[in-house]
Amino acid sequence: MDTSDNILQQASPDLVRGSDTARPARAARLSPSFVSWLQAGPMMLVFLAFFLIPLVFVVIVSFWDYNEYQLLPAFSGRGYTDTFEGCIAQLPDLCTIAKTYLKTLKLCFLVWAITLFIGFWVAYFLAFHVKSKTWQMGLSLLCTIPFWTSNVIRMIAWIPLLGRNGLVNSGLMKTGLINQPVEWLLFSEFSVVLALVHLFTFFMVVPIFNSMIRIDKSLIEAAYDAGATGLQTLVNVVVPLAKPGIVIGSIFVITIVMGDFITIGVMGGQQIAAAGKIIETRVNALQFPAAAANAVILLVITFLIITMMSRIVDIKKEL
Amino acid sequence: MTETTKTSGVSRRTLLKGTAGLAGLAAGSGAITGFPYVMSAEPKVLRYLGTAVNEGDDISKQCLKDTGIKIEYITATTDDVTKRVMTQPNSFDVLDTEYFSLKKLVPSGNILALDAKKIKEFDNITPVFTKGETPGGKKIGGQGTAPWKVLYLEGKDSKKFATSATEFVTLIPTVYNADTLGIRPDLIKRPISSWSELLNPEFKGKASILNIPSIGIMDAAMVVEATGKYKYADKGNMTKEEIDLTMKVMTEAKKAGQFRAFWKDFNESVNLMASGETVIQSMWSPAVTKVRSMGIACTFQPLKEGYRSWASGFCVSKGVSGPKLDWAYEFVNWFLSGYAGAYLNRQGYYSAVLSTAKANMEPYEWAYWMEGKPAEKDIKAPDGSLLEKAGAVRDGGSYEDRMGAVACWNAVMDENDYMVRKWNEFIAA
Repeated sequence: MDTSDNILQQASPDLVRGSDTARPARAARLSPSFVSWLQAGPMMLVFLAFFLIPLVFVVIVSFWDYNEYQLLPAFSGRGYTDTFEGCIAQLPDLCTIAKTYLKTLKLCFLVWAITLFIGFWVAYFLAFHVKSKTWQMGLSLLCTIPFWTSNVIRMIAWIPLLGRNGLVNSGLMKTGLINQPVEWLLFSEFSVVLALVHLFTFFMVVPIFNSMIRIDKSLIEAAYDAGATGLQTLVNVVVPLAKPGIVIGSIFVITIVMGDFITIGVMGGQQIAAAGKIIETRVNALQFPAAAANAVILLVITFLIITMMSRIVDIKKEL
Repeated sequence: MTETTKTSGVSRRTLLKGTAGLAGLAAGSGAITGFPYVMSAEPKVLRYLGTAVNEGDDISKQCLKDTGIKIEYITATTDDVTKRVMTQPNSFDVLDTEYFSLKKLVPSGNILALDAKKIKEFDNITPVFTKGETPGGKKIGGQGTAPWKVLYLEGKDSKKFATSATEFVTLIPTVYNADTLGIRPDLIKRPISSWSELLNPEFKGKASILNIPSIGIMDAAMVVEATGKYKYADKGNMTKEEIDLTMKVMTEAKKAGQFRAFWKDFNESVNLMASGETVIQSMWSPAVTKVRSMGIACTFQPLKEGYRSWASGFCVSKGVSGPKLDWAYEFVNWFLSGYAGAYLNRQGYYSAVLSTAKANMEPYEWAYWMEGKPAEKDIKAPDGSLLEKAGAVRDGGSYEDRMGAVACWNAVMDENDYMVRKWNEFIAA
């Protein structure tokens, strides 16, 4: 509201002056909404064309029927019923689809917790311990260096390191710590989480750093002056003020991990199911409505998580 | 002013020049197309959609040299090729795909059957495709989507497969092979002779299978049959109960930790084997060759239950007509005329027309690759690198021995939809 009023004040004199000769009444009526529409318009159009309309199509297609080689545009819940086939009959055992979503959530939670922990301290270090602006810039740029290579290469680079005959195993064998190669280093949940944390910690660092850098340093000094310990300052001053960054970083990491299937596939030796993988397999089998149905389910779950997070912190207010 | 003068100068000169000049300019600018004499000067380009198997720089270069046709490769996985035919049939001209995909492709109406009469070497195509037997007369297993079941259409625009030979061919065969398990003899240290070894607890955590449902289920069925648990009426067309049973056996093995990983593409299978993560797995012949060329022992192990086979060939997109269709025929005819066949044979695949491939290979090469004889000289890959030293014998022996021992073909089942869901559960279990 604030911003639009300001803009109105700035914009209206021009508009009024420009419309003196033409029709003053109409210009005066149009100007407030017209200007805000004009400002929001481009982004709205992009959002509509590349997000909302495709999303509506996905939802529509998820209710179509299908056969081996085509979509049948008739209303059908088959995409959903096929997805949950046998789930009720199997109770109390969990069916595959439920297990898959639980596994995805578990991986997502682990990655989120670890990236948040690491990301928070990296950002804290950059924001509070590095005094000079130049060094802050330099070190944050350093964080981006891994992103100069492709995602896939960074992921695959772990394989020769963690494999049965990899560097870690041969190192441990040589030092005599183990006699048999450690098998769970690769193609396991461990390697999946490791690779995901490696890939996505940076998405936590940036927004948290961004929030922390805007914290007024005198607040921290005031906290010390008032006799707060380091921990108290951290919990009562730094964390609340860095919350928007934490939430934004979390949204990045959660949405990426919930949809990921390539990293989970490669690092899990294709043996760990992920929600995204189900969609990929369905698409490959030309079962587009079933794939769309799974996409809708995944979207709803992710949306719920993000809604919960934004309940905790009102991002709009904090920004 | 200068601008105008220049433009008019060019157009006057062009008018004065002969047809060649005009054609050249038109082809260059792309402005005036549709004139008959311009058409003849248009470069002959075919967009070729397929998996990487048949696609080689050497093949496209030689083709350009021999026929003037420029091939633009569009490489995709088998699944993606099928998807593309369904959703973007106008994005390619020539399609190179596997016979088992035809059960999906033909009903979609997006591909055009080729006319056998216009294929020069059609009568010389190996009887593996036309009769289901080897040139030596050995009967080949027909379980699954065997090529001869889906080779002909009833009519030009028919969506039904013909039971006997007609003029309209769904796919002109190009390349095929018999697949089996790859093993690391240096790490296994004993003879392997059955598909059932894939589930042998001895190789716990060191086995792998490919994660392409329609192919993986066939390998799984070979394993189940080899263990003696069940005998399928047709491994390539299972009932729901048979699918359940197959996946149950595989799931139990998976839960017991039998598999190290699953692989989806050529390089993954090479890496698993070369790094020693696995010692026994489903594998493709050139992948075994690749591991061996890295200096690591790897055998494409013939097994007593036989091979699982696949085959692919050419057709064109429904949208192709006019001169482009003629080029497509010219290209297919060129492909069968020998150079490409010899090229594929030297990689361990088999060519569809044996006589022309033989004419393009050295006698010692033919003896090694096709007759199962010890190599008289060093065997080289098409790129000139050393594959085998003199004296080596090809795994599985001669063409007759290998193709004659085929038990089933890659397939799309009637219950494909159910199978894919069950396969997903297996992967997720």
